[in-house]
Amino acid sequence: MKLYNKNKFDYISFEIINLLIVTGGIMKIAVCVNHVPDTATKINISSDGKSIDQAGVTYVVNPYDEFAIEEALKTKEKFGGETVAISLGGDANKETLRKALAMGIDNAVLLKDDNYRDSIAVAKALAEEIKAQGAELVFFGKQSVDYDNSVVGQMTAEFLQYNCVSVVVSFTLDGNKIICEREIEGGKEIIETTLPAVITAQKGLNEPRYASLKGIMAAKKKVIEEKPALAVNNHVELLTLKRPPTKQAGKIVGTDVTAVPELVRLLHEEAKVI
Amino acid sequence: MTKILAFIEQRSGQIKKSSLEVAKTAADLSQKLNGSVEALCIGNDVNSLDSIGGYGISKVNFIKNSNLENYSSAYTDLVVNFINQNNFDVIIFSATSLGRDLAPKVSAKLDCGIAVDCVELNISDNKIIATRPIYAGKALMDVTINSDKKIFTLRPNVFSAGVPTENKAEINFINAEFQEPKVKVVEIKKSEGKLDVAEADIIVSGGRGMKGPEHFKMIEELADLLGGAVGASRAVVDAGWRPHSEQVGQTGKTVSPTLYFALGISGAIQHLAGMRSSKYIVAVNKDKDAPIFQAADYGIVGDVFEIVPALIEEIKKIKS
Repeated sequence: MKLYNKNKFDYISFEIINLLIVTGGIMKIAVCVNHVPDTATKINISSDGKSIDQAGVTYVVNPYDEFAIEEALKTKEKFGGETVAISLGGDANKETLRKALAMGIDNAVLLKDDNYRDSIAVAKALAEEIKAQGAELVFFGKQSVDYDNSVVGQMTAEFLQYNCVSVVVSFTLDGNKIICEREIEGGKEIIETTLPAVITAQKGLNEPRYASLKGIMAAKKKVIEEKPALAVNNHVELLTLKRPPTKQAGKIVGTDVTAVPELVRLLHEEAKVI
Repeated sequence: MTKILAFIEQRSGQIKKSSLEVAKTAADLSQKLNGSVEALCIGNDVNSLDSIGGYGISKVNFIKNSNLENYSSAYTDLVVNFINQNNFDVIIFSATSLGRDLAPKVSAKLDCGIAVDCVELNISDNKIIATRPIYAGKALMDVTINSDKKIFTLRPNVFSAGVPTENKAEINFINAEFQEPKVKVVEIKKSEGKLDVAEADIIVSGGRGMKGPEHFKMIEELADLLGGAVGASRAVVDAGWRPHSEQVGQTGKTVSPTLYFALGISGAIQHLAGMRSSKYIVAVNKDKDAPIFQAADYGIVGDVFEIVPALIEEIKKIKS
């Protein structure tokens, strides 16, 4: 059902009005963040064959989530409101939540779960928390660089029945209306939608800020709210992790420009690719 | 009996090449599982949709409407309703920008498992085992889906579409009703005449060894000559020499072309992760100890500014 807002010549849905009642009229912005191995890390598989060897692995804020955090902060700076970072995982994820707080996010929630969860189970738990928080605008990184699924934002949006735009490189909010640019093969789509919405951030959306010393100090004092993640079943069963097939060491065709004709011959006659 | 559905994606009325890979893979899977297979396409005017018959699918369901030419949130409900009404068990998409957006939304609506960006689908005890890269290809993960319905998305360029037969598919036109979409594409901005790295069969990538954006002209020339796309390492994208859409690697695109040229790229672990599954890799770098040579099939240790122009001349000879 829709209400007509005469002042804005725009339609506002009941969902938003309900959200505004829940949040006392303040726009609430959520950002979902994950704690992942640094991209420079070598990945070794542990002996159980179902997880990675933790030795020597440094964890960081998922790189795409930094764009999501930045966009949440920029939106708050422009329109006011309150920001909350949500992460699902073990105690170690607090480090990433702390980083979000240091960058300027107001509050943080850890949905605790130390076990393997498939994407849909993650999305259900996040959706429940976002609903409880009353957030009408939610940012995700477009993909977590550990399992590389790139699906949790879209799924969470469906569970919340929010509009969703993924892989966003430009985001504009005007009243209730959202205009995004989304990266596609060989170009961009310009997409229009409205709040409430889930946006997943791609590199290029913004330049994430560095946490200030003041921000880091303030973040240390903040309390990260902890609660168990909603218990749900997995649909996807992890059977095993394995190493990618190793390639035989290649052939050095030569050490100067005289090797070029032989290289082209190999590509043409041996590999038959040109 | 397992009912398999292949989602056929169109852009501007043209069937995506990676959808042919989906069609062939779905058809092969249905044979191995003694099941049946159909295809589904959403759009308005789609060229030679019946050619899907050549890939082993004899029936293509086509939801045709002038308001469905571009992707919108209406696609989710249309696909979900179609799957539910016809009781499909396995649904296969291509992991394109559209497939990556649509498939997880369908999975959430159906509350079923999804395995994305698969590079292998095998059958063991009548179960589909999907292999998918994780950590940008630094490791692989085997999964199986336990929900009744199962969704898989296939990484483009990995599964073979084979050689099509002359068979034509029957087109089943569907007049489906849908609500005004809440998320819609209002405009598509195409990068002028450029092939995307995610779809290219040949990629010519340049790195920091190219020493400046102006030297990418020779990279572009080589790519044009081979009908390929220009790629870039993270270092040159971060330096602002090339757009992010060309970045290959862990925070860029993961690619599997037939032929990959790494020119002036040392081969940081994040870059190797994004391109190591290419079928043939050629590296040119002046540092003989550069990690890229470990991944390359053919390498020349030398100066890119001498090697690349010579390469262009030599390829021109065989092309003429």
